[in-house]
Amino acid sequence: MITRRIFIAGTMVAALAGTPSFAQDVVKIGLVLPMTGPFASTGRQVEAGVRAYMALHGDTAGGKKIEVVLRDDAGTADQTRRIAQELVVNEGVSMLMGFGLTPLAMSVAPVLNQAKIPAIITSATTSAIMKQSEYFVRTSMAGPQSAVPVATWAVENGLKRVVTLVTDYGPGHDIEKGFTDQFKKEGGEIVEAVRVPLQNPDFAPFLQRVRDAKPDAIFVFVPSGVGSVFMKQFADRGLADAGIKLIATGDVTDDDLLNAIGDPALDVITGHFYSANHDSPENKAYVEQVKKAANNMRPNFMSVGGYDAMHLAYAALEKTGGDTDGTKLVEAMKGMEWTSPRGPISIDPATRDIVQDIYIRKVEKVGDELYNVEFATYEKIKDPFAAQ
Amino acid sequence: MLTILFDGIAYGMLLFVLACGLSITLGLMNFVNLAHGAFAMAGGYITVIMMNRYGISFYWCLPAAFFVTALIGVLLERTLYRRLYKSSHLDQVLFSIGLVFMSIAAVDYFMGGQQQLISLPPELRGRFDFFGVGIGRYRLFIIVLCAALTVALQLALTRTRFGSQLRAAVDDGRVARGLGINVSVVFALTFALGSGLAGLGGALGTEILGLDPNFPLKFLIYFMIVVTVGGTSSITGPFVAALLLGIADVAGKYYVPQAGAFIIYGVMIMVLILRPHGLFAREGGR
Repeated sequence: MITRRIFIAGTMVAALAGTPSFAQDVVKIGLVLPMTGPFASTGRQVEAGVRAYMALHGDTAGGKKIEVVLRDDAGTADQTRRIAQELVVNEGVSMLMGFGLTPLAMSVAPVLNQAKIPAIITSATTSAIMKQSEYFVRTSMAGPQSAVPVATWAVENGLKRVVTLVTDYGPGHDIEKGFTDQFKKEGGEIVEAVRVPLQNPDFAPFLQRVRDAKPDAIFVFVPSGVGSVFMKQFADRGLADAGIKLIATGDVTDDDLLNAIGDPALDVITGHFYSANHDSPENKAYVEQVKKAANNMRPNFMSVGGYDAMHLAYAALEKTGGDTDGTKLVEAMKGMEWTSPRGPISIDPATRDIVQDIYIRKVEKVGDELYNVEFATYEKIKDPFAAQ
Repeated sequence: MLTILFDGIAYGMLLFVLACGLSITLGLMNFVNLAHGAFAMAGGYITVIMMNRYGISFYWCLPAAFFVTALIGVLLERTLYRRLYKSSHLDQVLFSIGLVFMSIAAVDYFMGGQQQLISLPPELRGRFDFFGVGIGRYRLFIIVLCAALTVALQLALTRTRFGSQLRAAVDDGRVARGLGINVSVVFALTFALGSGLAGLGGALGTEILGLDPNFPLKFLIYFMIVVTVGGTSSITGPFVAALLLGIADVAGKYYVPQAGAFIIYGVMIMVLILRPHGLFAREGGR
């Protein structure tokens, strides 16, 4: 029954999307984000990034006026799919954007395939998404992109025995594998691989286990909100005093939460693609705009994904001269290169995935506030799983 | 090894404070209050607001969390809950779960969906070694506080006039009323006590369990397990159950991290097979 329903809906989508839209002067972009529910902070950050781009670069591209239609999917996949369908059929959007989590992005793949409309992923990161549709393009992060350079850096800096601790879900597995593969290739030893449940109230037993294993360092990936709880318990348990270094992907020291975590975060080494502290004129303008528009909120790596998604949409429209045909837009996006607030990035023509520099950063006090201060760069990192 | 035991006890104690209010309303007042976690969340947010916005000391936040949440409890009891005392359990469940969703949406609206963090006073941070056993200061604080609370609670329910009035009111409301006990006031106070304890638990738990708008749903299952395993006839039952589950959970996650998350459910199933009414069931319980 479901297949039939999907078929009917799909044909409707295709029929409506097929009607020529050359005459219109407005290009609508459907932005689907979790604005409520447990992942609301992702939604708010991405929206701030999108709005900041429009505030800084106007609302016309390729001779068309851009209109963003924001919808809330509350972080549940069936809603994401329904909303995406509605946006395509009723609102006549030419592009979709957003998608906070892997399952949410996955759920819209059939809609894209049938409507032939590009979707720019601003947040979800697992490698598996991109294979689901030829119409996915990504501006957040490609799989375990941020973990690989951390492994290289760790070995280069004498951290040979490492325990990995990741949250037990898709992105966690990706990151664990990405880190472990690279780390072993460089000659490091994984003492133990710990996975913690997604709904984990207390890190105490896992941290005690890590402490007793006495590694040189612990490599951590947990979703950004949980990261703050983790950091505090890490400090409380005295792992740092026991000589165990904390290395992580930048999710743990999320710019949005860093000041709230406070001093326990100091000196933590992370690898990531964006820091609000990144030293470039693009980033200064961007951070200033977001703070001005969003009640002094500091943009994090989620919001820069939204900003770059808008840039990609604008640039693609410029390239097609305002033509909103989905396939042409995706073609236009392939191979696109530009300087984002995070640094130089490009879209891999083969995988439609982002290629970007990964920075190794250390948490330091800048003025009264804590920032991830970048001190090393690994250039042009691709999704390590895409080649396999 | 002993560190794990210590962490387990601390975790169990925290679970107990969070859940014992539920065992009071469920066991003594026979009301299925799934919104219990919402009161715990209220306590947590009161602490966060007081500490982060007004810079009030953590030690003052704890009693404040207790009393303010108790006050909210009384208000809701007087206006909403008491209408449902006589209703079927299904109505109570539907009502209270609705309350949970409303509280989640309200907190999300006013406070935002992100994790809330507090910084403990310096003397509660870190850990020290005691004959080779690593002891977290904050966890020790929780254990001492909760142990004192448990003793006080047990004495209050068994030794005081209020305790016997409450038990009388529960056993047979009509006779109790006939004897001149103001049953509705007794229930209101009991409900306030239960929600206040939840608020205190939420305040204590902010540092260890984290706090976001989904707190009531995330921990509902833990509260329910504690109450089911412990039985609802006394304070001792949930107390032993919470300790057992806390230690089993922490030890399980330490020794077999792969299966760690399931240990707590395994223990629950075992106990319920052996003693279907919980560890300490009341004979011919209601």
